[in-house]
Amino acid sequence: MSGLLAIFGNMQLWASTLSLSVPLVLPALGGTFSERTGVVNIAMEGIMLIGAFFAVFFSSLTMNPWVGLLGAVVAGGIMAVIFAWAAIRLRSDQVIIGMAVNIFASGLTAYLLNTIFGFGGTPVNTPMLPHLNWPWLGRIPVLGPLLNDQSILVYITLLLVVAGHFFLFHTRLGLRMRAVGENPEAADTAGINVYRIRYLGVLISGFLSALAGAYLSIGVLNSFEVDMTNGRGYIALAAMIFGRWTPFGSFGAALLFGFASALSMPLQSSVAAKNLVQMLPYVVTILALIGVGGKSVAPAADGVPYEAEK
Amino acid sequence: MKRILTATLTATLVAVMLAMGGWSAGVMAASSPAGAPLKVALVLAQGGLGDLSYNDLAYKGLEKAAKDFAGRVTVRTIQSADIVSQAEQVLRSTGQLGFDLVIDLEFSSADALARVAPNYPKTHFAIFNTIVNKPNATSVMFQEQEGSFLAGALAAMVTSNPSIPGINADRTIGVIGGTKSLGIDKFIVGYIEGARYVDPKIKVLVSYSNTFGDPGKGKQMAQAMFEQGADIVYQVAGGTGQGVIEAAKASGHYAIGVDTDQDYLAPGAVLTSMIKRADVAVYTLIQRELVRRGGGGDVVTLGLAQGAIGLSPMTYTRNRIPKEYLTKLEAIKQGILAGSIKVDDITKAKDPSAIEARLGLGK
Repeated sequence: MSGLLAIFGNMQLWASTLSLSVPLVLPALGGTFSERTGVVNIAMEGIMLIGAFFAVFFSSLTMNPWVGLLGAVVAGGIMAVIFAWAAIRLRSDQVIIGMAVNIFASGLTAYLLNTIFGFGGTPVNTPMLPHLNWPWLGRIPVLGPLLNDQSILVYITLLLVVAGHFFLFHTRLGLRMRAVGENPEAADTAGINVYRIRYLGVLISGFLSALAGAYLSIGVLNSFEVDMTNGRGYIALAAMIFGRWTPFGSFGAALLFGFASALSMPLQSSVAAKNLVQMLPYVVTILALIGVGGKSVAPAADGVPYEAEK
Repeated sequence: MKRILTATLTATLVAVMLAMGGWSAGVMAASSPAGAPLKVALVLAQGGLGDLSYNDLAYKGLEKAAKDFAGRVTVRTIQSADIVSQAEQVLRSTGQLGFDLVIDLEFSSADALARVAPNYPKTHFAIFNTIVNKPNATSVMFQEQEGSFLAGALAAMVTSNPSIPGINADRTIGVIGGTKSLGIDKFIVGYIEGARYVDPKIKVLVSYSNTFGDPGKGKQMAQAMFEQGADIVYQVAGGTGQGVIEAAKASGHYAIGVDTDQDYLAPGAVLTSMIKRADVAVYTLIQRELVRRGGGGDVVTLGLAQGAIGLSPMTYTRNRIPKEYLTKLEAIKQGILAGSIKVDDITKAKDPSAIEARLGLGK
């Protein structure tokens, strides 16, 4: 029992929860924007991977991690536009085209890793994004150790969640996005360009997914590994659904999943049933999705391609 | 029109992916054949090239053989995004393509190889870290437990000395494995036994990442161990282990690298690396094959005695380690070679769970 207390009382657990949640929060927030406009973006996993790769690529090329971050966002944006074009203009099945993007991204990044960096992997001296360490912040009880000495992207993520909520629920463009996802015909009749709004939604999800990828490759590390996103894009989709397609809800759900992962780490070395403990994050994911089942509040036109009447 | 566009786009994406990652075989040194050059294929293990570890090192051996025996061998690497489930198809295709020697680095392909090998009697297969009893298959067994024993012994000595920078008063060390499997527990058992040999009361934290390609997870897991009082963490987790090394660097503690000399990845933060000379093995196999084609049905054992297993030269940490530790380490090595120190090989144990129970390794 005292062992459990030591685990839960350790601030490192809560700091890990936050840093493990970031690569889930960002795509979950992105997915919220995409699905609120009516496009199911399952391609976020692949876009994350593209972001992770190009972050390292541009960071090591220019020796500037900020250029790496920018490169990741641009590359992720391009991938998102290709996906959006197929999903919105060509009205492809969004799930199938999304999976195609994911498989493509996995192959492309593995191929580029070997062709560009050779078999030695990404350069050891690739610069990573800074961690912020303010002595004054560290002195605040509870919050200090939680927030201090995290990657700068952690703070940016927190800001983006608040900004995302404001944008989606308190601006005219946000209202239009929600309208397009609920009833595109009505929105079209009211003079809203449905296609353009949907492109915007997918593009935002692409940018945020690429940021999440960059966080993995140059935020907590300075290297790229084949398939290093390891399914986080899909878990983020679950977080978004559990969070009921809202920025704050997605954030909370992603934190819960991050907490389950963070908890499984110290528990593993003190509990005998290692394999059982490792299931924790996935069990939480499944339980969360079952819990929300039955009273789904998905946007009405989510996943339905829209064709303007001639 | 739009439907055609969609179909074309999807087909293109799939085609590109197939060409790039899903199933890539690259000719690297197709020097013009004089006579009948030996056709060698290297089937990569999980993680593939770029893992800065096992696969990369084996590839170096292949490259060296291609260079040294230019004109007499042609070499190819075969990488599959999902080698574990595609093993049989991959091996079958190497037989069909008429390779003379196929070196399979993937431990889990043993069953597939046992099924495939009899169909291609002209091909000589070699597999690492597992035994396949077929007349045209050679099994290469690395004694990783021996090197891991040395790594554990060194870690136990170093963690007992808080005057070494980055070492705390807790006599606790850790190890992170990629999966809970005999192939990985072979390292972990050796490590714990080595640590206990030096200090029977030492605490060894054990975790599994369940993935070989997630360095972000590896970093968090190592941080959790450092928080629990460990100051040295051995990684046996492929690409995930890069995160372990990153965590050691960021927190001022130590990691122990695996398979190749990983000391340079974070100079000063990698105490040592447990090196498995997969390059020596690959090179030796090719050399053997050039002398005498065909063959198989044998087991090649490579360990401390053959110089195929050992610790790195500790280029960046040697000056921090007290001399008497290194002397003692050498004595332990001699003890293993002489047989006076026994290291368990859990893959050969009659009752692996007895060893696990003794060392406190859970299910």
